[in-house]
Amino acid sequence: MSDDIWILGISMTSFGKRPESDMIDLAEEATLAALDDAGVTMADMGVLAVGNLMNAAAGVGQMLQKQVGQTGIPVYNVANACATGATALRTAMMAVKAGECDMGMAVGVEKLAGAGLLAGGSKKGDSDTWEPHGRQGAVAPLDGRVGTEIMPGVFAQIGMEYGHRYGGTSFELFARISEKNHGHSTLNPKAAYTKAMSLEQIMGDIMIAYPNTRPMCSANCDGAAAAIVVSDAKLKTMSLEQQRRAVKVSASVLTTDPWEEGCQVLPNVNTLTRNAAKQAYEQAGVGPEDLDLVELHDCFATAELVHYDNLMLCEEGGAVDFFESGAPFRDGSKPVNVSGGLQSKGHPIAATGIANIWEVCHHLRGEAGPRQIPDAKVGLAHVIGLGSACGVHILERSAA
Amino acid sequence: MAQIPLVDYLVLDGEPHLVARECTDCGARYFERRRSCASCGGHGEDQFRTVELPTEGELTAFTIVSFAAPGVPVPFVAAVVDCGGTSVRANIINVEPDPEHVSTGMKVQLGTYSIGADEEGTEAIAFGFEPVDPALRKASDDHQEVSA
Repeated sequence: MSDDIWILGISMTSFGKRPESDMIDLAEEATLAALDDAGVTMADMGVLAVGNLMNAAAGVGQMLQKQVGQTGIPVYNVANACATGATALRTAMMAVKAGECDMGMAVGVEKLAGAGLLAGGSKKGDSDTWEPHGRQGAVAPLDGRVGTEIMPGVFAQIGMEYGHRYGGTSFELFARISEKNHGHSTLNPKAAYTKAMSLEQIMGDIMIAYPNTRPMCSANCDGAAAAIVVSDAKLKTMSLEQQRRAVKVSASVLTTDPWEEGCQVLPNVNTLTRNAAKQAYEQAGVGPEDLDLVELHDCFATAELVHYDNLMLCEEGGAVDFFESGAPFRDGSKPVNVSGGLQSKGHPIAATGIANIWEVCHHLRGEAGPRQIPDAKVGLAHVIGLGSACGVHILERSAA
Repeated sequence: MAQIPLVDYLVLDGEPHLVARECTDCGARYFERRRSCASCGGHGEDQFRTVELPTEGELTAFTIVSFAAPGVPVPFVAAVVDCGGTSVRANIINVEPDPEHVSTGMKVQLGTYSIGADEEGTEAIAFGFEPVDPALRKASDDHQEVSA
């Protein structure tokens, strides 16, 4: 017996426009599918953590319980920007690790189809005279006057900054990263977008924030994902089939951004990701060279590039060469975002941090169908939310 | 006409310039009112002093925003400028907002412009950075807003 935690069951709904399902329908769909996948029931759960960002104060966890089973267990409603799903999963795992229970569930759900820009347009004062407001004594809204608050613009600068530091980036390079992910999702029937896009289509689409055009931005959409975690001791009492399909959580790490010059001017998404990756590799006792696939947080094409480096899939400064080598393509040496990533699979925020783990588990179990990465044994899932929070999980195929 | 800066870290007296709040223990710099330092945790009585930033800097990151929240005029260039080792968030002004005229590594200098007057006639003054090289600047300075 060890203190390992295992994923016993996991599910992801189809992502995209789901007008027939409200938020609770989606959460319920993911929950029931995860229970069936695990071969257990709500009565087996000792803890429930439910992530949802857009209705963080609504008590979505209890709303879900009122559909799937009011068993009286503790519920945690979780919100942690785009790392919400990963944080919910960790919440359930921490309860199991602490010995409070031997099985728990994490759910992430979001209704975002058609939501548009999710930040920006800072509030106007309501006075007829200029009056300083807030911590910067601003007399007028700053979005658009002192830089940008919109995510496509923030992450565009992050990619441009990488190019400034190391060279080799261009509009076309970033667009080709997007072309890769839109190509990958043609094999993922649950993706929001399943059509390949040509480089010309991507570069010629509506510009949102140079160099990110619309298809280079994560797709706002509806979706949910759920996972059931179990202690090592409990798993050993379960059926051989359950043990065989269980996926080991070799590392689970959550970090925030340590203070560095400029980090409150342009969010630094690099250091906290590198810190999380380092800790995760140490916890798991594996290195980036051992990974058979990676699902990383490509909220924008410009973000995917910097995370090749931050997750140490390449040498420091070598992200452009890494991409040019073909490594992150599904037939390359280090497949990245074979699901289609956030740009094509979609990004229902709170679901994302569990959905990326579903994708990795799918491959580790050998159940990924046409998009299966052959003989996948180890995978990494990464999310980052601005503010900032970074979650990294390393998952390993069961030896059973 | 009376003037008021868009933000309190823009100083209009004399030659316009930006100021930062600098931690007296570790040197971390901020552009907002603070009591304690997120870098070293210091929170003494005189934890921060006001320091002037150079008005010239280098562009280290930018984006050209073409799609923004309602009421925000587009396109505009949002950027990070390295002013003598201190990163500053700002728009790049007096430049054509396209990738042929804006590049990282470009030398830029502080500029100010009016965003309009309020009911009492007080004019609010915003800042941005413009290319040092006059050849890269837009022919006419049409960076004017009228939105009081």
